[in-house]
Amino acid sequence: MTHHSRFIISVLSFGYAFLYIPLLLVVIYSFNDSAIATVWGGFSTRWYGELLQNDLILDAAFLSLRIAVTSATAATILGTMAGLVLARFGRFKGRTLFSGMIFSPMIMPEVITGLSLLLFFVTLQQLTGWPGQRGFSTIAIAHTTFAMAYVAVIVQSRLMAMDESLEEAAMDLGGRPLRVVFDITLPLIAPAMIAGWLLSFTLSLDDLVIASFVSGPGSTTLPMYIFSKVKLGVSPDINALASMIIAAVSVGVAIAWLVSRRIARTSSNT
Amino acid sequence: MKDFICIEGVSKLFGDFKAVDNVDLEIGQGELFSILGGSGCGKTTLLRMLAGFEIPSSGTIKIDGVDVTNMAPYDRPVNMMFQSYAIFPHMNVAKNVGYGLRKDGIAKPEIKKRVDQMLELVQLSELETRNPNQLSGGQTQRVALARALIKQPKVLLLDEPLAALDKKLRERTQFELMNIQDELGITFVVVTHDQEEAMTLSGRIAVMDEGRFEQIGTPKEIYEFPTNRFVADFIGTINMFEGIVTVVGENQIQVYSDEIGETLTALGRQLVEVGQEIDIAVRPEKIFVSKEKPADEDGVCVQGMVDDLGYLGNRSLYRIRLKSGKIVQVSSQNRRRSVTRFLEWEDKVWISWRPRSAVVLLD
Repeated sequence: MTHHSRFIISVLSFGYAFLYIPLLLVVIYSFNDSAIATVWGGFSTRWYGELLQNDLILDAAFLSLRIAVTSATAATILGTMAGLVLARFGRFKGRTLFSGMIFSPMIMPEVITGLSLLLFFVTLQQLTGWPGQRGFSTIAIAHTTFAMAYVAVIVQSRLMAMDESLEEAAMDLGGRPLRVVFDITLPLIAPAMIAGWLLSFTLSLDDLVIASFVSGPGSTTLPMYIFSKVKLGVSPDINALASMIIAAVSVGVAIAWLVSRRIARTSSNT
Repeated sequence: MKDFICIEGVSKLFGDFKAVDNVDLEIGQGELFSILGGSGCGKTTLLRMLAGFEIPSSGTIKIDGVDVTNMAPYDRPVNMMFQSYAIFPHMNVAKNVGYGLRKDGIAKPEIKKRVDQMLELVQLSELETRNPNQLSGGQTQRVALARALIKQPKVLLLDEPLAALDKKLRERTQFELMNIQDELGITFVVVTHDQEEAMTLSGRIAVMDEGRFEQIGTPKEIYEFPTNRFVADFIGTINMFEGIVTVVGENQIQVYSDEIGETLTALGRQLVEVGQEIDIAVRPEKIFVSKEKPADEDGVCVQGMVDDLGYLGNRSLYRIRLKSGKIVQVSSQNRRRSVTRFLEWEDKVWISWRPRSAVVLLD
């Protein structure tokens, strides 16, 4: 083995260690018997049991999941439409402004986005009476706003890479424009839409800042709950919760990988 | 019908750029017509206006007597085979070919029957369940052709139909295309930058440059009787000699050319005047090269020196340098089988051609 490859391997292992040792520690300490989260007191699964009896945590997790699914779905629909317009409608009046507005949530500091959305909801309530109470719907709308920017970028770049004559060919063969979108465009950008959905879901699930601005009493998302508990010192059931999330995400990633590999294989073999 | 496709005064502007500039063209029913030109000459824009993807800035397009100038692509009796072939990657061969019929709401058994027929025509019957990424370049081209023909369009537009194929396959496919066109009697309009493709395929060719037609005619007319310098130079190789008309006779003229160093005779097909500056153009294969001065008295005969030569198997190419420094390209058939060369570098030779072989070009 040469010095060169030894160097590469050590860099690689350092990189992996940097990424995964903190996660590994969380998983290990979730099985810690001690009540003090940083001191090892033997193996136990008691924190998992306590976690499942903690209604506050379970409510927060369920709320976060509902928000994530709703906002990811809405962001995928809106972001795909925005990506289509940007990639396929050529130069129209206000295109520069439109693309600037679409992508601004990506660059804008979260604090600013959160604050402006809060002001927006308050003003809206004063004018129309809705939303009566901030919570699920306001957080979902806020998450949709910034997640759709990411979907738009992914979909637009996929469309840019796609041969436009595919859609022209479909139109040439008698497909009306809307039909062509469903026959040709959507099936071909479906992978980008799925990627966009997953990204939006993740972004929504771990957002703390924006949710803190636009949530109301009684609607605490999981990140908000964890953050508030950590302020009082890390308790071991948070480790258990984190381990469960890591497990869920790992399973999700594994399934996504298997599905994509299977799609790749069927499209190249049959 | 001579004016099956009728293009009248059509222009297309992109901003200030005139992609197509006031073009008139009539194409007959069942014709195999090519539009030939370099990149950016406006040929693809013209084709896209026939397909309906671009709307002309002015002028009208009629197909079979119907004004289609502003008609949407999906309403036109026209189908197109795209340069990239544009095969739908998420549909198999049969689905691709049947797409046009499905959009017309035709019943499934009928679609199946017609797809089978069409696949048989392009010799792809065994591949109907294949996915596009499992097809070779030639097979992809046939799927594209079958898909574009299945609706029995009045006109089939082909954008660089053979550009993506390798040379051997291209030659074979050319003849297949011609046979299919002959069998179905559909009017084909081909856009290409490849003059060989245009010459073999088409009944008539329009040579296009900067948004205008430079010449429209049969391949023979365009090759043997180009009407201007652009066409002469664009199609094949040609030697051009600048000259000044000295004598205008009844059907031949005398031209003095500095580059040749003497006065030569040419047939005056066009109206020229004494003192007019013209070009005399001669194709390389119309020039004879010999070591002895040829006996033919009417011919043009000039002395030169072999500057370069190339052996291509069926023929040899010579570059002959005249006294003026002008290089003349000569192509001669290798009729005899021999390993010794007939000419070597630096050989003093005579080149000659008959007056009727030269073309007089005014602009």
